[in-house]
Amino acid sequence: MGFLTKKRWQRRHLVETFMKFIMRVSLFIVAGSLGLILWIVVVRGLPSLSWEMVSQIPKGGYYMGKGGGILNAIIGSLYLAAGGTLLAMIFSVPIAIYLKTYLGDSKWGQYVRLSLDVLWGIPSIVYGAFGFALMISLGMRASLLAGIIILAFIELPIMTRAMDEVIRRMPEDLEHAALALGSTKFEVALRIVTRQMLPGITTAILLGFGRGIGDAASVLFTAGYTDRIPTSLMRPTASLPLAVFFQLSSPYPEVRERGYAAALILTVIVLVVSFSSRWLSARLNKYTVK
Amino acid sequence: MSQSNSTFSKQSNKQTEGRPPRPSVSTRARQDQAARRTFFVFTLLPVLLILFIAIALFIRSWPIISAYGLSDLLFGEVWRPNNEQFGFWPFILGTLWVTTVGVVLAVPLCLLASIYLAEYAHVKMRSFAKPILDLLAAIPPVVYGVWGLLTIVPFVDDVLAPLFDRWLGSVSIFKVNQPTGFGILSAGIVLAVMIAPLIISVMYEIFSTVPNDLRHASLAVGATRWQTIRNIILPQVAPGILAAIVLGASRALGETIAVLMVVGNIPQVPTSIFDSAYPLPALIANNYGEMMSIPLYDAALLSAALVLLIVILIFNILSMLVIQRMLRRKWAS
Amino acid sequence: MDAHIQVKNLNVYYGKQQALKDVNIEIPKNQITVIMGPSGCGKTTLLKTFNRFLELTEGTQLTGEVLVDGKNIYDRDVDVTEVRKVVGLLAQRPAPLPMSIFDNVLYGMNIHRMKKDRREYKDAARHYLEIAGLWDEVQNRLHDPATSLSIGQQQRLCLARGLAVEPEIILGDEPTSALDPISSQNIESRLIELKQQYTTVIVTHTLRQAKRLGDYVIYMYLGEVIEAGPAKEVFNNPQHERTRAYLEGQI
Repeated sequence: MGFLTKKRWQRRHLVETFMKFIMRVSLFIVAGSLGLILWIVVVRGLPSLSWEMVSQIPKGGYYMGKGGGILNAIIGSLYLAAGGTLLAMIFSVPIAIYLKTYLGDSKWGQYVRLSLDVLWGIPSIVYGAFGFALMISLGMRASLLAGIIILAFIELPIMTRAMDEVIRRMPEDLEHAALALGSTKFEVALRIVTRQMLPGITTAILLGFGRGIGDAASVLFTAGYTDRIPTSLMRPTASLPLAVFFQLSSPYPEVRERGYAAALILTVIVLVVSFSSRWLSARLNKYTVK
Repeated sequence: MSQSNSTFSKQSNKQTEGRPPRPSVSTRARQDQAARRTFFVFTLLPVLLILFIAIALFIRSWPIISAYGLSDLLFGEVWRPNNEQFGFWPFILGTLWVTTVGVVLAVPLCLLASIYLAEYAHVKMRSFAKPILDLLAAIPPVVYGVWGLLTIVPFVDDVLAPLFDRWLGSVSIFKVNQPTGFGILSAGIVLAVMIAPLIISVMYEIFSTVPNDLRHASLAVGATRWQTIRNIILPQVAPGILAAIVLGASRALGETIAVLMVVGNIPQVPTSIFDSAYPLPALIANNYGEMMSIPLYDAALLSAALVLLIVILIFNILSMLVIQRMLRRKWAS
Repeated sequence: MDAHIQVKNLNVYYGKQQALKDVNIEIPKNQITVIMGPSGCGKTTLLKTFNRFLELTEGTQLTGEVLVDGKNIYDRDVDVTEVRKVVGLLAQRPAPLPMSIFDNVLYGMNIHRMKKDRREYKDAARHYLEIAGLWDEVQNRLHDPATSLSIGQQQRLCLARGLAVEPEIILGDEPTSALDPISSQNIESRLIELKQQYTTVIVTHTLRQAKRLGDYVIYMYLGEVIEAGPAKEVFNNPQHERTRAYLEGQI
């Protein structure tokens, strides 16, 4: 046994090897479950996926295995998520800008960030119950609008924090340079921060949209469910997560199969959103000053 | 001096040609003031929203809280809305069981995985793991539910239940009383995977708050990586790790649809991880339809949401404060 | 010359950028070797190859050999932790571990399970704190956190911690650059006292320190070793134009 040579059987080297091994295994289990989820959704969803499913609304007897599709849920979900994201944007952009330009790391800034993080942690069932409580107080019925409002609440913290994280990394020099040239903070916010924010906003939109389209527990209370495509904001609407959920609780095997197909559609939408968010933010990041 | 000044202003005049004239200094200052005030109102929104949710739920659940008293609601063991009996105890226990199993399964995996990513993995490995975790976090709960239904429930039913029954059947928490696969263990497994991305990314952040100087100081005297982690890094990050776990637990507490799909939904006091349970979120979601038909039913369900909210708020705020403090210390140094 | 470290055909790359170009030098045993040169010349990089700290930075590549007592520390069968036990490091900024003064000194010994019982550990702690010239100042507060010490004391504590694992070589990466003049002088005199027993390699960017400490001098410029030799010869009669320019303060 030479000078400096590794004594593999020394206790600490054994421990090192072992720990490294179980760490890799742990990471593999976590990453592997993603593969497992995607695989099972594809394998079980694909067989009953058809053009009819994505292009038609439920026909009579659909829930007993007869013809039709879940276009109502697809359109409904797109309406809900798009509306929620748009509404959340209106509030989250100013908050993110204000956090950056005016608050920075001040005490109030920390409170706002903390409250956003706390909002993020509130489960969607509580948002749903809150929405429901509001609706019965106001005498409202389940509607697209109510669903959009609740989804906007859910997406607000996610989107604001996503933007905040991006613009926080923005170099201060740029801002200071603008301030030194005599700009007011508002002008800095308008001209410089917003331009720098572009990748943040894109990421935020896609993140919020992805969360909104997948959320079931909140729309259950607020948006209801219907076989029609909503024609006004005051009508109830179907949504994909609930389409999956309801069809899976059906006693008819054909309906359950279509529930798997609906899950596949939902997963594909979420994956597309997630991938394009990566791709877009990578592209847009090139055009901002680092 | 004056010479250069005039050339400068000439230039700037040229530049602003065709644009509206620049507002005067005082208008700009006023504009800035107005913007500041408007923005401030916007930032009140998240802070007020939390209060608003709590107050709205409280008002709507007041009828039942005032009629029955909080402790009767929380510790009542009978749930028969038709008889006007509203006891949350089985549901609270169901929530605790499911959350505990989920967290117990997730924590070792997440801790090891995040140590690996933070302390061992190369850039390549990290840039490979990050999108995977992001995707896991992006998958909707209902899809997790489908996965649980199709994979985990049969796996628990066919593999784990017989195995545990054979070897650990005498231990009451592993006893198989209801061999269906639907139950606490299935829900716990699904939850563990659902909360893993959050826990891992928070833990990873926490690990990166440890300055490299400390790692190097330990490695320089010939410590192995693991010795460094165990002796130096883990004691440093312990509060943050705990906070990450609490955060994960609070996420698990409120998870609804995925759990609802695999947990069995039988209102009973569970005694084993193979028992069915009926967590609070599932109770709220399952009965929204009948809420308005029975007196006080809606108040009961909304008070369940209130209880959930309060517990989650406490968990969240505590863990966020610890995490924020640790991250700030990193920026400071 | 009795060489303790031999460097053969060493090339180091950070990504595509070459940081060290075909370095061939020998470090004499039980003397203080000073590596000097303008900043960015690869001094610290070279030093980091001696205890394999370079591999802690991602994206570095290395070819060539570094032999310690004739054994290439980059061989596949080499235990990197053994290398770092034999080749100690005194960092630029003192990095006390988040534990007591006492535990800091013993950290490495515990890691390597070098002593049998508490008594021996206690004696060893005292011994190394004395060598580092810190014992008198801390003997009554051994269980205070190490961070409560002044920065100069911290650096001496780090020296004690490094010596406690019984290395043969001490590397110093500008070990006094973060310290006040008095603490610097204190560290310097420790290093001079210790050179009978240890081979010492110091990176410095101050010429005066190089002159005070160096028995053997290596002058580097842009990743290359320009000149290496006994301090007297290099300082009094530099062979290379570049070295002369540096010594005269032109670079």
